[in-house]
Amino acid sequence: MSKEIKHYLGDKDVQVILGTLLRVGVLISTSIVLIGGIVFMSTRTNQLVSFENFKPEEAKFSSIADIFIGLRTFDGLAIIQFGVLLLIFTPIARVVFSIFSFLMEKDYMYVGIGLIVLCIIITSLYFDIVH
Amino acid sequence: MTVLLFTLIVLVGAFLAGLLGSLTGLGGGVIIIPLLTLGLGVDIHYAIGASIISVIATSSGSAAAYVKEGITNVRIGMFLEVATTMSAIVGVVIATYIKADYIIVIFGFILLFSALMMLKKKVDHSNNEKTSVLANYFKLNGSYPTEEGVKYYAVHHVMGGFAMMFVAGTLSGLLGIGSGALKVIGMDNIMKIPFKVSTTTSNFMIGVTAAASALVYLHRGQINPAIAMPVTIGVILGATIGAKILIRTKTDKLKIVFAGVVTFLALQMIYKGLTGNI
Repeated sequence: MSKEIKHYLGDKDVQVILGTLLRVGVLISTSIVLIGGIVFMSTRTNQLVSFENFKPEEAKFSSIADIFIGLRTFDGLAIIQFGVLLLIFTPIARVVFSIFSFLMEKDYMYVGIGLIVLCIIITSLYFDIVH
Repeated sequence: MTVLLFTLIVLVGAFLAGLLGSLTGLGGGVIIIPLLTLGLGVDIHYAIGASIISVIATSSGSAAAYVKEGITNVRIGMFLEVATTMSAIVGVVIATYIKADYIIVIFGFILLFSALMMLKKKVDHSNNEKTSVLANYFKLNGSYPTEEGVKYYAVHHVMGGFAMMFVAGTLSGLLGIGSGALKVIGMDNIMKIPFKVSTTTSNFMIGVTAAASALVYLHRGQINPAIAMPVTIGVILGATIGAKILIRTKTDKLKIVFAGVVTFLALQMIYKGLTGNI
């Protein structure tokens, strides 16, 4: 059984799956950003904007929970931010995928190293700096 | 400025940034930030947030093309990502405590350095002398296919490379860039990894490092969807077309012209940062 898995997940196959994963990830997230952009533009084309001053307190979609709340009302900016979030998760999916392929190879040292990287990234997910 | 006009200008600018970034190997982030700050008066915090997203987009996009060739060393990448992700978060934290003007000045210097590195002729230092104890222990040595058969290589100075990646990650988190130029120094010059492996492996690391900083930036409200939208779409279109052109065009002259433009932008950033009028 394990031999079959090893054969199935031979290096070349892993690379092909990875390449597809990345391409699909970028494609889907960009499409969502584009859809959100169209929704946003169609409602607020002539509104005036200024980004000259950084106002973090006005940021509407700065957490995963807020983004999902915004999605329910079909808010253009929330859809864009959801696409951005998927884009951020594309390389993270690559790390998760690599951990699995190390597990298949029974290379436990690298399963551990991969998990450390994943933990650091997850920490950043909960990282909220008090101003 | 209306939403429509702002979006169109950023879209065109990001397209050019993605195109030139992939043609010259400099990456999109280093051009997006001057475009937004110097060109459109966008606050550096928002510019950094938009730039980090463009870094992820270009790295994942071009990685999709790279991985098919099968030369990324996932072990080297994963091992060094421990340093880059950790330090990226450190970089974002530092950014909270120092004045925006200083960030702009540091960015200017990194821009100058990147322009210089782009022109410098790269020398392949790789060999197959397995002398590093740590490289053997962490199974970093590898091989890649060439036309003359499989070529083996050994990795050197693991600690030095790891330290360099810590610097690269900190700057990536602080400035919202991929720090490609620094990663190349760490991998090519210090660890003596062959180009074919270091380019793709560094690209793998850039995406993962940027993801770690991007999540912190998101929480800090620095990723504004109205800016991120045209930046992402423009950069991806530009980088995709750039990668297609690159296969059949020589870019030596373009690199020289572009280095000039980047140097000009860098000096302007440093000047504005120092005089505080940005």
